[in-house]
Amino acid sequence: MYKVKVFVTLRESVLDPQGTAVVHSLHSLNYQAVSDVRIGKYMELTVEKSDRDVEEVVKEVCEKILANTVIEDYRYEIEEVVAQ
Amino acid sequence: MLLKLEPSPEQIKQEKIYSQMGLTDEEFQMVEDILGRTPNYTETGLFSVMWSEHCSYKNSKPVLRKFPTSGAHVLQGPGEGAGIVDIGDEQAVVFKIESHNHPSAIEPYQGAATGVGGIIRDVFSMGARPIALLNSLRFGELDASSRVQYLFKEVVAGIAGYGNCIGIPTVGGEIQFDACYEGNPLVNAMCVGLIDHKDIKKGQAHGVGNTVMYIGAKTGRDGIHGATFASEELTESSDEKRPAVQVGDPFMEKLLLEACLELVKCDALVGIQDMGAAGLTSSSAEMASKAGSGIEMNLDLVPQREKGMTAYEMMLSESQERMLIVVEKGREQEIVDIVSKYDLDAVAIGVVTDDKMLRLVHNGEVVANVPADALAEEAPVYHKPSSEPAYFREFQAMENTVPEVTDHNETLVNLLKQATIASKEWVYNQYDYMVRTSTVVAPGSDAAVVRIRGTRKALAMTTDCNSRYLYLDPETGGKIAVAEAARNIVASGGVPLAITDCLNFGNPEKPEIFWQIEKSVDGMSEACNVLSTPVIGGNVSLYNERSGTAVYPTPVVGMVGLIEDIDHITTQSFKAAGDLIYLIGETKPEFGGSELQKLTNNNIFGKAPELNLEVEEKAQKQVLSAIRAGVVASAHDVSEGGVAVALAESLMGSENLGANVTLQGEATTALFSESQSRFVLTVKKENQAQFESLVDATYIGTVTDSSVLKITCGEELVVSQPVSTLEKAWKGAIPCLLS
Amino acid sequence: MKFAVIVFPGSNCDIDMYHAIKDELGEEVEYVWHDATSLEGFDAILLPGGFSYGDYLRTGAIARFSNVMKEVVKAAEAGKPILGVCNGFQILLEAGLLPGAMRRNTSLKFICKNVELRVENNETMFSGSYKQGETIQIPVAHGEGNYYCDEETLARLKENKQIVFTYTNNPNGSLEDIAGIMNEKGNVLGMMPHPERAVDQLLGGADGVKLFQSIVKQWRDSHVVKA
Repeated sequence: MYKVKVFVTLRESVLDPQGTAVVHSLHSLNYQAVSDVRIGKYMELTVEKSDRDVEEVVKEVCEKILANTVIEDYRYEIEEVVAQ
Repeated sequence: MLLKLEPSPEQIKQEKIYSQMGLTDEEFQMVEDILGRTPNYTETGLFSVMWSEHCSYKNSKPVLRKFPTSGAHVLQGPGEGAGIVDIGDEQAVVFKIESHNHPSAIEPYQGAATGVGGIIRDVFSMGARPIALLNSLRFGELDASSRVQYLFKEVVAGIAGYGNCIGIPTVGGEIQFDACYEGNPLVNAMCVGLIDHKDIKKGQAHGVGNTVMYIGAKTGRDGIHGATFASEELTESSDEKRPAVQVGDPFMEKLLLEACLELVKCDALVGIQDMGAAGLTSSSAEMASKAGSGIEMNLDLVPQREKGMTAYEMMLSESQERMLIVVEKGREQEIVDIVSKYDLDAVAIGVVTDDKMLRLVHNGEVVANVPADALAEEAPVYHKPSSEPAYFREFQAMENTVPEVTDHNETLVNLLKQATIASKEWVYNQYDYMVRTSTVVAPGSDAAVVRIRGTRKALAMTTDCNSRYLYLDPETGGKIAVAEAARNIVASGGVPLAITDCLNFGNPEKPEIFWQIEKSVDGMSEACNVLSTPVIGGNVSLYNERSGTAVYPTPVVGMVGLIEDIDHITTQSFKAAGDLIYLIGETKPEFGGSELQKLTNNNIFGKAPELNLEVEEKAQKQVLSAIRAGVVASAHDVSEGGVAVALAESLMGSENLGANVTLQGEATTALFSESQSRFVLTVKKENQAQFESLVDATYIGTVTDSSVLKITCGEELVVSQPVSTLEKAWKGAIPCLLS
Repeated sequence: MKFAVIVFPGSNCDIDMYHAIKDELGEEVEYVWHDATSLEGFDAILLPGGFSYGDYLRTGAIARFSNVMKEVVKAAEAGKPILGVCNGFQILLEAGLLPGAMRRNTSLKFICKNVELRVENNETMFSGSYKQGETIQIPVAHGEGNYYCDEETLARLKENKQIVFTYTNNPNGSLEDIAGIMNEKGNVLGMMPHPERAVDQLLGGADGVKLFQSIVKQWRDSHVVKA
């Protein structure tokens, strides 16, 4: 079994209105040091072992549904865990 | 696995664990007497939620009995999910208002969202199609703190998030801002539904041997003891009780809604009830009690979201979007087939019995066995001491005084900028008020109007309560709340049908607060009787205090009226240059609790405006007859800010209209007094004679094409403002306060 | 002419679309459930607004995998008129039937109000009854209507006159004020504003009627010719 962490964020070229709003409010709270915020999604997947390569499966679901690659980028971390 | 050890009955008694759950010593004794033994942990939990004020109305019942609840058109009064009123053609309107104040104070987005979700379920659990939402909100002063702004923004977003997603238009409501609500905002949501008489369903568990089924979201540990939480004062440490707040899932509710509306057409369905406050406990106990039956449930079968839940946790969970139904034995599969279309599960979890007991089995053992009536009906009723507060005597002794105004022209603009009067466009533009394409009069007029497709009929709906008047004089203020709601309905062209109320008050254990409750209900009841608008249901929210300070008495009135023909639908906007402007009703120097008093003195005092219900009723009847005769171009009730504000509001949004008006008497009173039972109407010249034969009204001026509002008092021109200036002040106020 | 209104779990403007066609246009219309495996017999497909699958994950992202979407793709290939409004537009984007993607409104708030649109291209099967450059009042009601595409796609949209409607006063931050676009072939239109909410003067305006009339007229013309 694998625990997979998927991170989806807006592409750098795409304006992130939520992130922009958070930067503004941080600045108004005097955290000038924070120069940029990008807001994204974090998903945890549990993937059972199968005859397909786990990375191939994860990549496929990211491309197909978890991220919209027109505006979003994704990355993932895969960790194998032993069932208790 | 960790085993949670529950306290034994002896421990519960000796260590008074019941008191942490909200039961008093006397109440615990009563439970022991009922059962003939000491209750176990689960049973103590059942009694504590069912005997909370939120579920049992134990403190307010004696007062609520005063409300008139029957009438020729009432098909269902208080006691079910929502009340029902006949509107002819075998159709009926179903509506109810409910509070979600405490959850919203802690987590405003989810608190407001789940408030909306709960009231929608109350309506569709009767078998009705929800067609409109309204909400009545109270916050502290918007410029007081960033916390108030945060609560305001998040509550609005929460209402929008839920209502927009489920696809029921949010068509109206009202918002008032006053310092007393700073720590304890009020979030009251109302839902209106439409039903054919034959589809009316009730929450009753009839038929021994019938199957009890569970539909909807799985049960988690969220919201445990929410009902008890709602029955306590908020304190600085209330934030720590955060687990009591539930998270709403409007998508799940949309599926549940469609599934239930299909279920009510299926004659295998015997009864249906929402799992609202006190979840599985209240729905099962009430359904059994109302039908004079019992229910036995196997909790192992309850769909669970979390592992290892105890019987206590399952029974007290307030997870959202769940329904309990009773189904004819042997026909369970029909139900499963219907709901599976909506990707939902229907699970048989129990049976209807004849022993009037609520019996719960968990892991093969009986974990609770208590009389259903004892939970649902036999909560103790308290007659709380009541005493007239000192402030009331002081206010009553004051003479009516007119606030000092030097520049009326400027004062009108300042009044329009007051958050309570200002345009709420910033709010309602976040609500989908058009979905279902039946909203004829959108938010911003006196009452919202929703047409009934396939007929000539429409429904007018409004929520009202000026709590400042109620604070000064709860009895008069209570009358005004009902009368103003009716005035709004009438101004829209409707006949007021009935009301639902949401009684928001402070801690009833304080005699001065209990006095406010009694007097408010007295005033409301009298107005309901005279105006023929019975109370068909509602909700009580007490303990609205933060650190010892109570909110103003705020019994919100939700009213629905019937417009018999869409041609009668009338709005407040002036229609055409040359139309004649009339004022109905007498203007007196009444400024107690007025916007002008608040603006000039920064607090409120004195007497509330008087209300003569006979005068009110006559004015309403005349206005309605004129509207039905087709001789009224626009109608607006005169409320906060007086005639000047009413005239200004009637000009908002028009392309080029203005008005020339002459008023009699002292200028400040003529312009800004909040005397009751008044309307501003416009009439086309050719209808003048007919109008004047129907209505006792004073001609005060004409609509012009000048884009300027001019008001003369005596000989003096006291107001002369371009409509654009007025509109800018009125529309810009709330965005400006938030930025 | 027979219209299909596709109903996904969470659609909520299906009823509005249905009544616009039935009551205001007097044409035949049927609801089609998301798991339908055929759209045979329908002359035009309407994807209504709402929150399909709660719009959880992303607007339209889950709905595009419904059974019926395979049939919608086939109908698109066959040249049938397909109109996606609001959530329907978002689904068409996710399904790749139209280029680009939707972002949240720049205000980060849901916006419901009447807006003014300009008809940028009246030589389409959806806008033939409007005048070129005409301005019309149509309501919007969405939280994510902020259209985005890359420059190359935008250039192509312009070149092929695929931008059908623009906002005269952009409510959501949409690229180049885009309110509605169609595919290259011209038979799939996606738009955020709701024409089905503007079909009755009683409710404040009827500027949306011509959009549906355009579809019907085009269909009648082509079928009369064939007959």
